[in-house]
Amino acid sequence: MALIEAEGLEKRYPGTDFAAVAGIGFRVERGEAFGFLGPNGAGKSSTMRMLACVSQPSGGSLRILGEDPVVHGRALRARLGVVPQDDALDLQLTVRENLIVYGLYFGLSLKRMRAKSAELLEFAQLADKAGERVEHLSGGMRRRLTIARSLVNDPEILLLDEPTTGLDPQARHILWDRLFRLKSAGVTLILTTHYMDEAEQLCDRLVIMDKGLIADEGTPRELIDRHVTREVLELRFPPGEQEQAAEKLGGDVEVLPDRLLCYADDGDEVLTRVTEVGLRPLTALVRRATLEDVFLRLTGRSLTD
Amino acid sequence: MSRLPAAGGAHLVVLRNVWVHKGGTPWTMALFSVYEPILYLLALGVGVGALVGEVPGIDVPYAAFVAPALLAVAMMNSALEETTNTVYGKLTFDRFYHSLLVTPMTVRGMVAGELLWAAARALVTGVGFLAVIAAFGLVRSPWAVMAVPAGLLTAFAFGAFGLAAAGYARGWHSFQYVQLVMLPMFLFATTFYPVTVYTEWVRVLVEALPLYHAIELSRGLALGEVGPGLLLNAAYLVVFGGVMLAVAQARWATLMAR
Repeated sequence: MALIEAEGLEKRYPGTDFAAVAGIGFRVERGEAFGFLGPNGAGKSSTMRMLACVSQPSGGSLRILGEDPVVHGRALRARLGVVPQDDALDLQLTVRENLIVYGLYFGLSLKRMRAKSAELLEFAQLADKAGERVEHLSGGMRRRLTIARSLVNDPEILLLDEPTTGLDPQARHILWDRLFRLKSAGVTLILTTHYMDEAEQLCDRLVIMDKGLIADEGTPRELIDRHVTREVLELRFPPGEQEQAAEKLGGDVEVLPDRLLCYADDGDEVLTRVTEVGLRPLTALVRRATLEDVFLRLTGRSLTD
Repeated sequence: MSRLPAAGGAHLVVLRNVWVHKGGTPWTMALFSVYEPILYLLALGVGVGALVGEVPGIDVPYAAFVAPALLAVAMMNSALEETTNTVYGKLTFDRFYHSLLVTPMTVRGMVAGELLWAAARALVTGVGFLAVIAAFGLVRSPWAVMAVPAGLLTAFAFGAFGLAAAGYARGWHSFQYVQLVMLPMFLFATTFYPVTVYTEWVRVLVEALPLYHAIELSRGLALGEVGPGLLLNAAYLVVFGGVMLAVAQARWATLMAR
C-alpha cells in the first residue's frame, strides 16, 4: 500500500475562481524521498498543507496512511511530522523547551519528552544550545531545531516545505546530511523545493508542478533523459542579441532572459558550429544536463512572467 | 503510540503560557495587577471617601463600597490584557497558533486554552486584591470570599470578548476601540457610586453593560447583601461570555483555515 495516494486533487480558496491546485495525482511509497518542484505559485505549498491535514481538499481524493484526512485529520496529524516554511518556533521559550512543549501537544508525557528532547538535540547538533532562547539562534540552527521538533512523535512521514530556502551553503549541507540520515532510518520524506541541486541530492522521485498541475513525474535521471539532451551549451550574448543569435544558430535552443541554452548530445560540436556561423558569444560553457534544464523546459514560460 | 491530548489540548496552551511566565511567580504577577486598583482604592476609596463618609442608603464606608467594584474591574482587566494584546501578537506576528495546526491540537482547544489561562491570571489578581481589601479592613461579610469566584465569571465574560476582539482586530490600533468602550464603562458602570444617582433612561443604559452586572455581583457578595438578584447578574455574565465565546470560536476557525 502506498503511504499517500492522491487522485484529481484540487484546492480552491473561498472567494477566488483560481485553483491553487487544479487536479493532481501521485503516489508516495514507504521509505521514499518524494519531491515537489515548481516555481513560486505552482501550488506546492497548497499541496503540502493538504498533505499535512491542515487544509481540506476542494476536490478529488486523498488518502494518507490509508485514511481520509478530512475524517481522521487529527489522528493523522499525530503520525506526521511537518517542517513549515517559516520555522514558527516558540520564540519565548528556550531550544529544549520548544521540543518538550511541542511533544506535549502530541499527547506525549513530560517524562518521555525530557528523554526524547536530549536525543533530538543531539541529532540536530544543538546540544550545547539547549538553554538558549530561540531568538538568539542563527537561521541554520533554527531550521535544524524545526526539523528536530517535527520528529518528536517519530513520524512515519516527514513533510518539509522548502527546507533550505534562505540558508547559507554550509548550513544547507549540514541539513541535507541530517535528512539523509532520516531517510536511511526509514522515514518517508516529502519535500518541496525550487533548488534543483537539492532535488537531485535528496529526491528518489519527484513531480514538477506548474500552475497547479503536474507537468511531469519521474526520477531525476528519467526526467533529464526524457526532456533534455545529454549535454547543454550555455551561451551569453550582449543584451538584445540573444534572439538574433538563437535564430542564426537554429536547432534545439531555449532563450532565457540572460542566456541561451543549446541542447545537444555533443556540446562541443555545437560550439564549433557557433564559431562557424560567425557568432561571437561573451561566454560559452559546455556542461552536463541537470534537473534545472528540465525545470526550465517545463516551466520556463512562467519563470519569465 | 501516544493518546491524543484531551479537550483539543486546551490545558497545554495554559501550560505553555505558565512556562513563558516562569520568570515571575504568581505573587509578582499579582503585585503588578493589584498596583493600579490599590491606587484607585487609596485615592478615591480612602481619599474621596473621607469627604463622602458613608454611602447613603447602603450605610457602609465609601472605601468598602468601592473596593469590591475595583476587585471586579481588576479581574476583568487581567483577563482582557491576556486575551487582547498578547493573543493578537501571537496570532498575527508570531503565528503561534498556526504552528499548532499541524499538531493534534484543535482550534477550539486553543481558544478554550487561552480563555482558561485568562481566568487563571484573573484568579491570581483576584486573590491578591482580596488580600489587600482585607488588609485595609474593608471586608464586611464572610461572603466576600465568594467575590473571587464571581470575578472568575467576569474574567470568563471579558476574556471571551477579548478573544473575539483579537480575532477581528486589523492592527494594534483596533484595540483603541476596545479602550474607547472600556474606559467609560469603568467610570460609569457604578464603580464609584450606586446606580440610583442616574435618571431613569441612563440607568437602563448602564444596567445593560456587562461590567455593571460584574460589579453588582461582586459588591453584593462583598457587602453580604446576598439575594436572588445576584443570580440574574451571574446569568447575564454567563450568557454574554457564552455568546462571545461562540463568536470567538467561529472567527478563529475562519482565520485558521486561511
